[in-house]
Amino acid sequence: MTFDAIDAWWWPFLFILVAGWVATDAWRFLGVYLGSRLEQDSEALVLVRAVATSLVAAVIGNLVIFPSPALAATPLALRIGAVLLGFAAYLALGRRVIVAIIVAELVFGIGLWAGT
Amino acid sequence: MSAEAVAEPSFAERRRWYLRGCGGAVSIPGLILVSAFVGFASLAKGAGVTAAQSVFMTGVVWALPAHVVLIGAILAGASLPAAMFAVTLSSVRLMPMVVAIVPELRGSRTPRWVLYLLSHFVAVTSWVVAMERLKHVPPDLRTSYYLGLGSTLVLGNMLVVAGFYAIADSLPPSVSAGLLLLTPMYFLASLWGSAREWATHAAMVIGIVLGPAFHIVMPQFDLVAAGVLGGLAAYGLHRLRGQRARP
Repeated sequence: MTFDAIDAWWWPFLFILVAGWVATDAWRFLGVYLGSRLEQDSEALVLVRAVATSLVAAVIGNLVIFPSPALAATPLALRIGAVLLGFAAYLALGRRVIVAIIVAELVFGIGLWAGT
Repeated sequence: MSAEAVAEPSFAERRRWYLRGCGGAVSIPGLILVSAFVGFASLAKGAGVTAAQSVFMTGVVWALPAHVVLIGAILAGASLPAAMFAVTLSSVRLMPMVVAIVPELRGSRTPRWVLYLLSHFVAVTSWVVAMERLKHVPPDLRTSYYLGLGSTLVLGNMLVVAGFYAIADSLPPSVSAGLLLLTPMYFLASLWGSAREWATHAAMVIGIVLGPAFHIVMPQFDLVAAGVLGGLAAYGLHRLRGQRARP
């Protein structure tokens, strides 16, 4: 039952609907239901947020270390360096996401240009 | 002034605030989101997902971390239950976000179904913009404002994804590579900024190392293993730290 297991036009859409829509909106609907009933600072929510954040961070790590083909053709050290410098600039220059993106892309672009 | 004394807002008033919400989407966070969706589109295309499927995913899922996890699962050839499990785990964060925004959105007589409908638009960007600006919107018109903001962001980015597919093949390889770097950089910075507590920052640092490590050891379960172990480790450190702070 993988993404291309069934050779029909509707199967990938059903896959996205079940693995994507149900899996996300279920949490949103639960959030509306719980409304203000749940304490924002409860210890259980701290643990829940930590697990969810760690999972997304794992995705970030994999996207840099084991990326799709077009990015995989570039040097690993350059990818890590660009992201680390982008993040350092983000922390140093007022925590703006746009700064992180511009610095990382600049470092990456200059690195690619210098390497060719 | 009691709630009963406030008249039901007129249609013209609702439309005015709806349009202001649409305008709120045209902002720096909105622009950054567009660049992140360009990154997502190039990621999806690289994974063999078609334009129609990517646009559909953008509309029905509307949570970039979930998109990226779903694409990761598709790339790894995960089964439907495994993909759903990974996306479910990665989307837990939506629940506390909705819990936080519901009291801000609710007017004196907002029907429940309106809140359920609007909750679909909750994702990092619309949430950040709304939490910042809703306090300047009259309480009974906040749902109209958020409908404008949320729907503009969703529809706009569906167009962005479709547009990217149309031009992707004409891009030079170095530009494609640069676009693929957008997604991890966007997430690293925006997640760090939206974290509420120390434990979340610790979870990010641990998870970003554990992800690639588990990818080598057990590629089928790397995300779930890194999430659960990293989250528990961060929570453990958070508890230890709390004990030291309060002897």
